[in-house]
Amino acid sequence: MIFIDTANHISALAAKMAKPHVIAAYPITPQTTIVERLAEYVESGQLNADFIRVESEHSAMAACIGASAMGARTFTATASHGLLLMHEMLHWAGLARLPVVMVNVNRAIGPGWNIWSDLNDSLSQRDTGWIQFYASSNQEVFDNIIQAYKIGESEEVMLPVMISYDGFTLSHTSMPVEVPEQSKIDEFLPPFKPAWKIDVENPITHGNIVPPEPYMEIRYSMQRAMERAKKIIEEVGEEWGKKFGREYDLIQEYKCDDADYVMVTMGAISAEARFAVDELRKRGEKVGLVNLRTFRPFPYEKLKYEKMIVIDRNVSPGLGGVVYHEMKKTGKDLYGFIAGLGGVDVSYKDFERIYELAKRGKEGWYPLEVK
Amino acid sequence: MLKEIIFYGRGGQGAVTAANLIASAALKSGNRGVQAFPFFGAERRGAPVKAFARISDNEIFLRSQIKKPDIVVVLDTGVMDAINVAEGIKKDGIILLNTNKSASDFSFPYRTAVVDATSIAIKNEILVGGIPVVNTPMTGALTKILDGIDIENLKLAIKERFGKIGDKNAKAAEEAYNEVIF
Repeated sequence: MIFIDTANHISALAAKMAKPHVIAAYPITPQTTIVERLAEYVESGQLNADFIRVESEHSAMAACIGASAMGARTFTATASHGLLLMHEMLHWAGLARLPVVMVNVNRAIGPGWNIWSDLNDSLSQRDTGWIQFYASSNQEVFDNIIQAYKIGESEEVMLPVMISYDGFTLSHTSMPVEVPEQSKIDEFLPPFKPAWKIDVENPITHGNIVPPEPYMEIRYSMQRAMERAKKIIEEVGEEWGKKFGREYDLIQEYKCDDADYVMVTMGAISAEARFAVDELRKRGEKVGLVNLRTFRPFPYEKLKYEKMIVIDRNVSPGLGGVVYHEMKKTGKDLYGFIAGLGGVDVSYKDFERIYELAKRGKEGWYPLEVK
Repeated sequence: MLKEIIFYGRGGQGAVTAANLIASAALKSGNRGVQAFPFFGAERRGAPVKAFARISDNEIFLRSQIKKPDIVVVLDTGVMDAINVAEGIKKDGIILLNTNKSASDFSFPYRTAVVDATSIAIKNEILVGGIPVVNTPMTGALTKILDGIDIENLKLAIKERFGKIGDKNAKAAEEAYNEVIF
């Protein structure tokens, strides 16, 4: 069935169709309508889940951690400062290897107080051991959430998964979305069967003090799990394609085959950049686009183009664009641009200008300082 | 063909809902690409607000705000004291106004369409807190101006959205569809 709705309502619907046992969430702009809709689902009996009302995002994640350790499927959603308040618990979920699934609606961090999109909130959680997905359409939001459970709960992975998308630009924008029948989702996503769980009949100790050597092994096994996750993300994306007609990989490539320059973007601006690629191609420019679907694990092996223009909707002060610097590992020629912070509109015309600037060997803060 | 529409109104008048209804009706009428979104601000009841809609036969990849609309819809002409609603409109663009005046009373150098949506809302008892809500009749008038949307699909979208009060809203939309002058 195809209908239109906002990414937030689509998120709530996807979460419902994944049949979580426990939802714990605290409302924050621009995520609020996800939580409102899920509360309606639970209240009306359309979703048989425990909805735990909490006093903060830190508690929301703590509740999801506890429930997940009991073998429950869990869901939460947040944004910006809410995500930052969870920070300690995000590490906990990662190190405990609990496949909690969370939506983060990207919103800039204050002060200056700002409710609009950039990706600094989720990117500043990059070392917490969460798999991170980004989306450029409401359809991708739906597809990513269902796939997130299958990927995170895979015995080869066992990691929490964050699905991020731009505040307002997607969260409050209605677009067509194709939603499969519940029975097809059930076939794709069987119930959560944890490799271990807390069970009063069969007591285990979990999260106790660990001496240095085993601690390092825990970290090592997490890194291995992230590496294995790349294969699992590909497999699950391929299976999704076979069942529902939309195949997914770690990245999405567009008109890259003969491209002299490839733009690399993440989030909603990837769709706008695709439009810009078509406009530039009409003028004979050989340009392509890579949309990064995953940021963790980072798909650097797939970024194989000789000249890449990286547009970051984020900044690591004192270093520069986060994606640009992570991509240095590719060893290719990179041109870095920072754009669209705090919700500054980035139109296809801006991408066309950025492309022209990169061709002249320039980079920097667009449009503030490019040299 | 891509059509871009900006709606101007006041917080509480349903400009965002109007954008969603027209997008939903367009999808039902076979347009593969539709989009509806608010101006990304913190809206307050009574303050001027803006909403956007895009309609296309093909999937829409644009995510930026609309700067050069094909059609501008004004739910409350009172906002025109503070806002230049014609800003950026394309040369062959159309301005649709909710007014009981005629198009010649407005000096826009663009094609101007008029419909008395407030009277239609009052007649059909579409009131919230005693104030007429003009968004559904305005979508009816807009459907007449746009190519490629069937009024029956708009009525269906309205009924899906409004449940019990869907019928009178759909009727108001149809009346505005028939009465709009352009």
